[in-house]
Amino acid sequence: MTVAVRRTALPGFAPTLGVTLAWLSLIVLIPLASLALRPWSLGLEGVWRSLTEPRVLAALRLSFGAASVAALVNVPLGLLVAWVMVRYRFPGRNVADALIDMPLALPTAVAGIALTALFAKNGWIGSLLAPLGIKVAYTPLGVLLAMVFVGLPFVVRTLEPVIMDLPADAEEAAATLGASRAQTWWRVILPALLPALLAGFAAALARGVGEYGSVIFIAGNMPMVSEIAPLLIVIRLEQLDYAGAAALALLMLLVSFCILLLLNLLQGRIGRQA
Amino acid sequence: MSHRAVTTERRSTKAVLILLTLVLMAVLLLMPLVVVFAEAFRRGLPAVLDAIVQPEAVSAILLSLLVAAISVPLNTVCGLAAAWCIGHFRFPGRGLLITLVELPFSVSPVISGLVWVLLFGANGWLGPVLDRAGLRIVFAMPGLVLATLFVTFPFVARTLIPLMQNQTAIEEEAAITLGASGWQTFWRVTLPNIRWGLLYGVLLCNARAMGEFGAVAVVSGHIRGQTMTMPLQVEALFNDYDWVGAFTIAALLSLLAVLTLGAKAALEWRIGTASGGLL
Repeated sequence: MTVAVRRTALPGFAPTLGVTLAWLSLIVLIPLASLALRPWSLGLEGVWRSLTEPRVLAALRLSFGAASVAALVNVPLGLLVAWVMVRYRFPGRNVADALIDMPLALPTAVAGIALTALFAKNGWIGSLLAPLGIKVAYTPLGVLLAMVFVGLPFVVRTLEPVIMDLPADAEEAAATLGASRAQTWWRVILPALLPALLAGFAAALARGVGEYGSVIFIAGNMPMVSEIAPLLIVIRLEQLDYAGAAALALLMLLVSFCILLLLNLLQGRIGRQA
Repeated sequence: MSHRAVTTERRSTKAVLILLTLVLMAVLLLMPLVVVFAEAFRRGLPAVLDAIVQPEAVSAILLSLLVAAISVPLNTVCGLAAAWCIGHFRFPGRGLLITLVELPFSVSPVISGLVWVLLFGANGWLGPVLDRAGLRIVFAMPGLVLATLFVTFPFVARTLIPLMQNQTAIEEEAAITLGASGWQTFWRVTLPNIRWGLLYGVLLCNARAMGEFGAVAVVSGHIRGQTMTMPLQVEALFNDYDWVGAFTIAALLSLLAVLTLGAKAALEWRIGTASGGLL
């Protein structure tokens, strides 16, 4: 194959690339293209009207707002877990390591009903919070909790390899020069971890924005209050408003894409400065 | 004066951090798993067994197995092809291809289902054509398979690309130079080299295929006993206030998740790399 730049004796470039492109187009690209085309059957003005309904705006605000806060919460939590898992040895560490992936392995519907059972008024944790006047299940706080749950492994798994590769000599040099451990943390370690923290934040944010299964059970799904944007897509489909559903989906994809791109740029800039 | 390494935290700080981590993980990650089994068994084993043999539950379990049995092999073959061309060759657009292969990971599950309704639903592009031909894709089994194919598309390729890049290329080139055919090289050299990685990718793909909720919820139509996979059945029973029923099926799915995590830990030990998360 003439396109292959690297010289290799291996055969099979053309057929495997062919299969990959065909399957990719069939399963991913053509369906996504139909999503990009569908909203415009409403006309530009129709799309605008469908996306500026108060209920849509409230849902978008909740989805992006809660996902941002959840990702922000996950940054210190993920840093704590990743640091402890990489740097310390303690009994039960292997089990803990496997547990980190639990939110990715557990089907979202299962996570959703489990969190609801835990945090409902009479649940194991909800019953402890109720006397304090804290209601989690069926409130926006529940949405936040579910997003923290699904987002945590993204921050931890992004940070772990970076912490593993932190050069020991920088920390040693700082200590030799008389820095306290806190100063070393603040001036040496955190700046080195900043790009990875941003990447973890971005991954957790992206996951939270699109999350559906683990959120809808605990959210209560009150329009204007605790209704997330993906649920509104489902509701529009059920009302056979395909174009409206597609418009909302396309907007969510575009906004997520822009946020990720921005964070990516920021990450690159910080990486270069470091 | 006791000597203390200056490049680590104080002993007491360390203990506090470890304790905090364990408490966080116990509350956020372990308790949801435990509560699933506690709720399933709250009226004892007979109620659990009774919930499993309900006709609707049996049909949901069989449907989930069927959907996974169709979509996992398809995405495995394609994932192998993608890993072969991306791992072994450098070509223009390679970076873009990797991004596109991983694209389904960053699409909301609901949107992964929506695209199929837009194509094949009653008001979709091809809806009228299918209707005249008497074919049903959305609100039927084919739609469930298509949605599952979309969300599980990247798993095998993503696991195998790094393995094909590092491990196998030199041995494969040796085999080819010594006169082996492409297929011989694949079966005798590539496959033995990547077998644990392949198994790992297939396991992750299968776990997602059987556990997917959002994408299949959109295309299923929720016809009881017909288009309900296990996660959808969990939702239906939960909304019916049949907690034992819902948590029993949830417990089966949790068991699959725990087995997958266990296998992941074992395979990582075999492959010899801590390859990070499930994504």
